[in-house]
Amino acid sequence: MKRFLTKQNRALLSELVRTDFKLRYQGSALGYAWSLLRPLLIFVILYIVFVNFLKLGEDVPHFPVYLLLGIVIWNFFNEMTVQSTTSIVGRGDLIRKISIPRWMVVFSSSLSALINLGLNLIVVAVFMVFNNVGVLSTLPFILLILLEVYVFSLGISLFLAALFVKFRDVSYIWEVVLQAGFYLTPILYPLTMITNATLQKLIMLNPMAQVIQDARHVAITHASPTVYGVFQGGFYKFIPFVIVVAVFIGGLMYFKKESKYFAENI
Amino acid sequence: MKKTTNIAISVQDVHKTFKLPHEKNSSIKGALLNIHRRNKGYERQHVLKGISFDIKKGEFFGIVGRNGSGKSTLLKLLAGIYTPDSGAVRVKGKLTPFIELGVGFNPELTGRENVFLNGALLGFNRKEMTAMYKDIVAFAELERFMDQKLKNYSSGMQVRLAFSIAIRVQSDILVLDEVLAVGDAAFQKKCYDYFMLLKKNKRTVILVTHDMGAVRQYCDRAIMINSGEMVAQGKPERVAQRYQKLFTDELSSEEKTTKPQNKKTTKNHWGNGRMMCLTPKLKLDKTKLVITSRFKAKVDVPPPVMGFTIFGPAGVNILEGNTLRSHFKTRALKAGEEVELVWHIPNIFAMGSYTVSVACCDQSTTEFYDWFNEAVGFDVMKEHFTSGIVDPALKIDNYVVKE
Repeated sequence: MKRFLTKQNRALLSELVRTDFKLRYQGSALGYAWSLLRPLLIFVILYIVFVNFLKLGEDVPHFPVYLLLGIVIWNFFNEMTVQSTTSIVGRGDLIRKISIPRWMVVFSSSLSALINLGLNLIVVAVFMVFNNVGVLSTLPFILLILLEVYVFSLGISLFLAALFVKFRDVSYIWEVVLQAGFYLTPILYPLTMITNATLQKLIMLNPMAQVIQDARHVAITHASPTVYGVFQGGFYKFIPFVIVVAVFIGGLMYFKKESKYFAENI
Repeated sequence: MKKTTNIAISVQDVHKTFKLPHEKNSSIKGALLNIHRRNKGYERQHVLKGISFDIKKGEFFGIVGRNGSGKSTLLKLLAGIYTPDSGAVRVKGKLTPFIELGVGFNPELTGRENVFLNGALLGFNRKEMTAMYKDIVAFAELERFMDQKLKNYSSGMQVRLAFSIAIRVQSDILVLDEVLAVGDAAFQKKCYDYFMLLKKNKRTVILVTHDMGAVRQYCDRAIMINSGEMVAQGKPERVAQRYQKLFTDELSSEEKTTKPQNKKTTKNHWGNGRMMCLTPKLKLDKTKLVITSRFKAKVDVPPPVMGFTIFGPAGVNILEGNTLRSHFKTRALKAGEEVELVWHIPNIFAMGSYTVSVACCDQSTTEFYDWFNEAVGFDVMKEHFTSGIVDPALKIDNYVVKE
């Protein structure tokens, strides 16, 4: 860890993230306020649509907040992987002229996404208060769950960013995969809507489904089914975690191998 | 084992090969098709073929070579931007490369923010940059503008700011590309003063250049790269001579002109095409340059005006000539006829690289038949470096001391 977060790297990281944030709301009148205002307004729309028009998830307590938390976590995964994919090529001017650690570019874009996640979670917390969601004793576990989704996203981001240098099709393919993933993950619909037990199990093997269900379980309602509940005992319940670790290590190794040639391949 | 304690950089048997795709296949379909056809779709270019040298601490080290010799690749290997295929580059201490000024400058940020961003990219944190900040701004003479966005700076101001950061940066080893020394004369002088200061302060500096004047003046030691191989190393004087010899050798042989690199010749032509400029032949010796320009009529044309322009190292128009200006009568040409024209120009050129553009047009010089931009290039070697644009042989006589 010491080798990675040297004094220079920390300085570079803070400047890259700072610049990213400064430029994001460049020229808008409300500036930084948008990073809170935007999710807030979007959530209000979702809230109205799902609570007043679609009577989905009536059997789930606090369904609107339950829904929001799922969307926030998915959006983080989406934003981070999409932004990271083009990050190396986007910073090509730097990569070809100075020798900053290459992973730093992906890492800084992941931190920007992480900051956004934090802001979004603040908005979710506001909705939780309005919905009278009681504070569960399991709430602190959400940090571990967020760490898991971050590690998973980082593994994918590293892999995609390195692959994108060679194949520019990757960004389009990934967009489609994300769209499919969004509907394969129980975000808009409660898992209980799927009555086929085998299908339910298959869905829960997806780390994103496991993460979102777990987050809802520890933060909003224990009524949210988790991978442990679905599989009861057995080793299957560890599969999502194995996938996360494998994706992270695989992504990191591929990135490390390819990063030597970024400067000449971009 | 050699003494390694005072070695700043050690390069051992470094090889570098680039794959040059015939057609850029940055799509998966393209890659799959290529696997399927077992068509490699690229050629290998061996850019560096086993380079080894050491640079001592406190040394001002020169790397010279012509365009395309591999010296920029070597520079990027030293800077850690490229990875060698085989061999090793060992660097002791903090190395800061300046391949380009103002890397990462963002037009939407203010001058102040850009200083800190650029500093961070070069490996300095906020505290270190804050300590250097005042100095940087003062040197750039931009105190009043630091809170303005960079996009509102003139290009000269941007260069000044970038350069100030570069020279204020405290680093163990500096790698400087010659591109630093572009710009107006005053700016160049600032650069050279800065080189002198570095030399005086015994900093470890690697200068990549093809300016033999600079090598002789600043370097303690130099190497020369040609076609990816190290062909000379040692005293700067010897390397500079070897470099000059490279040109005289080539000048004595038949093929003495170079095509400007990486330029598709078709793109360099414009005009209505009633006549064509063919590639001119050049002959350069110590006293004169002879340009044999050739033109071909595609259709019947009235008496044309034919001429040339010589552009200097920084794209400066050094001199131009044409038949009209020289009151040279040309005759009308029939389709398919070729005409040859020989120009004699005294060798007044300063050391450096030049390009020759040729053109032909009608007598009113409004209808251009063909303009062949940068049709051919040539390099001039002189004994001494000059800051002047031209360097004619000068004679001094009448040395009289009056009482």
